[in-house]
Amino acid sequence: MRRLARWLLDGYAWLVLAYLFLPIFVIILYSFNKPAGKFNFVWKSFSFDAWLDPFRFEALFEAMKLSLRVAAFSTAVATLFGTLIALALTRYRFRGSGAVNLLLVLPLTTPEVVLGSSLLSLFLDVNARTGFSTIVIAHIMFSVSYVALTVRARIRGFDWTLEEAAMDLGAPPLRVFTKVTLPIIAPGIAAAAMLAFALSLDDFIITLFNAGSRVTYPLYVYGARRAAFPPQINVLATAILLVSLLALGATVVWQQRTLRQRTGSPIPLA
Amino acid sequence: MAGTAAGGARRNRLAPYLLIAPGIVWLLVFFVAPILTLAQTSVEGHGAPWWDGYQRALSNYGTHFFRSFRYSLAATVLALVLGYPLSYVIAFRAGRLKNLLLGLVVLPFFTTFLVRTFAWKTILNDGGPAAWLLQQLHLLSPNGRLLDTTLAVVGGLTYNFLPFMILPIYVSLEKIDRRLVEAAEDLYSTPLGAFRKVVLPLSMPGVFAGSLLTFIPAAGDFINAQLLGGPNQQMIGTVIQNQFLEVRDYSLASALSFVLMVVITLGVVAYARVLGTEELA
Repeated sequence: MRRLARWLLDGYAWLVLAYLFLPIFVIILYSFNKPAGKFNFVWKSFSFDAWLDPFRFEALFEAMKLSLRVAAFSTAVATLFGTLIALALTRYRFRGSGAVNLLLVLPLTTPEVVLGSSLLSLFLDVNARTGFSTIVIAHIMFSVSYVALTVRARIRGFDWTLEEAAMDLGAPPLRVFTKVTLPIIAPGIAAAAMLAFALSLDDFIITLFNAGSRVTYPLYVYGARRAAFPPQINVLATAILLVSLLALGATVVWQQRTLRQRTGSPIPLA
Repeated sequence: MAGTAAGGARRNRLAPYLLIAPGIVWLLVFFVAPILTLAQTSVEGHGAPWWDGYQRALSNYGTHFFRSFRYSLAATVLALVLGYPLSYVIAFRAGRLKNLLLGLVVLPFFTTFLVRTFAWKTILNDGGPAAWLLQQLHLLSPNGRLLDTTLAVVGGLTYNFLPFMILPIYVSLEKIDRRLVEAAEDLYSTPLGAFRKVVLPLSMPGVFAGSLLTFIPAAGDFINAQLLGGPNQQMIGTVIQNQFLEVRDYSLASALSFVLMVVITLGVVAYARVLGTEELA
């Protein structure tokens, strides 16, 4: 009886996992489709056409390039800002840290449509033209919180007396930072930067409000429902999935290696 | 000597503020100030009284608000029903597969949100695989549809925010001391009893966080309603987006957006109260 219950529970969990993967399977499958018309929504026949010519649609290619540029800019700035906040929150006790925590959480508990529309109303109010820079501004805004909270979770509870030890041994502050502090926080920063990059690449709602006439990859996909939905969209989505998988695997390996090197034993990550 | 020591201390006291300054200023200028501008825009009547935007928002789009909260509540409950057992299995029964399974939960969400939703459109399409299967099983009438239904929209919302439910629940389950469960069983509790009295209460913070992280984005989402639903399934996000970007009735659009934010904030506070008192009991 108890065994049956466990079997049912495990089976249920596998079914939920299958549900999570169903659309991913469809996305990959349909990247090999040769659709009858302009819309890749009905299965016709198997073909490698889209994979052999992924950049056939210039607008799609341009949109992808824009998305990557936005993600690179916003990730760089948000990772810097967020990491500094995380350092302040873990290293110092200061007046107002509660307010800082609240300010970090609020963007996460505000619907994206409110974030996007309020930012647009600010840009309208000051007569700013929406375009590349407003997209980057918006992406930095929502990424800072994620970076700060991720880095903080990763470095909380670390033994900071190592820094003092280095200083006692006569290391100048800059050297302490590059030789002690940075190696400790680097894996957390890498994880946070990857998260920020992925969020930026994927963001649709906030970008829709603040993009002006610029078209990112998600905005292109959104527009594609009216004009044409080529299998190349699926090819790029599959490619993003593969690259993230590689990046994820690489960071996990790297993190475990640095942890083993630095401390001799794995420290808790979360 | 004493002077330098005091100077060092002062620098130390300033240090955290210098560290937080760039990020916090960014959030004040591009998160807090916009919300204030939104509030201000919403009460600019342009000749009409200041509450005009709000009056039109509530009288014309009350159904959209209501529908959005209904759908996102349904999606949150569904995500909880689907996500809790999976989190439980990963935390308590996966053993060495734990990290692999967690990776599998997150992996689908590395493909673009919009492309995923289009994939659901492909699956649920008229004459598509899901409709065909259900028609063969006589669960769907021959001309019945899956697309453009409430079920499709709620299903899409559930799917898109499921990892936000699974991960916090997993984290809170993972933290539970296994010896507590063993102690309950030593004291002749049944497995179900141990779950109900020990595991479930201790996992409530995860359920709380997961529900919020699912409900909030779902309530503001309009992609699922737009791609998987018909005209009768449109949510408040569609209206806000349309009023802001197409109609450009800014006082109405800002009022709608502001009402959404306020209602959600009140809901969050109330939910925290309810769950908090239950934990005390």
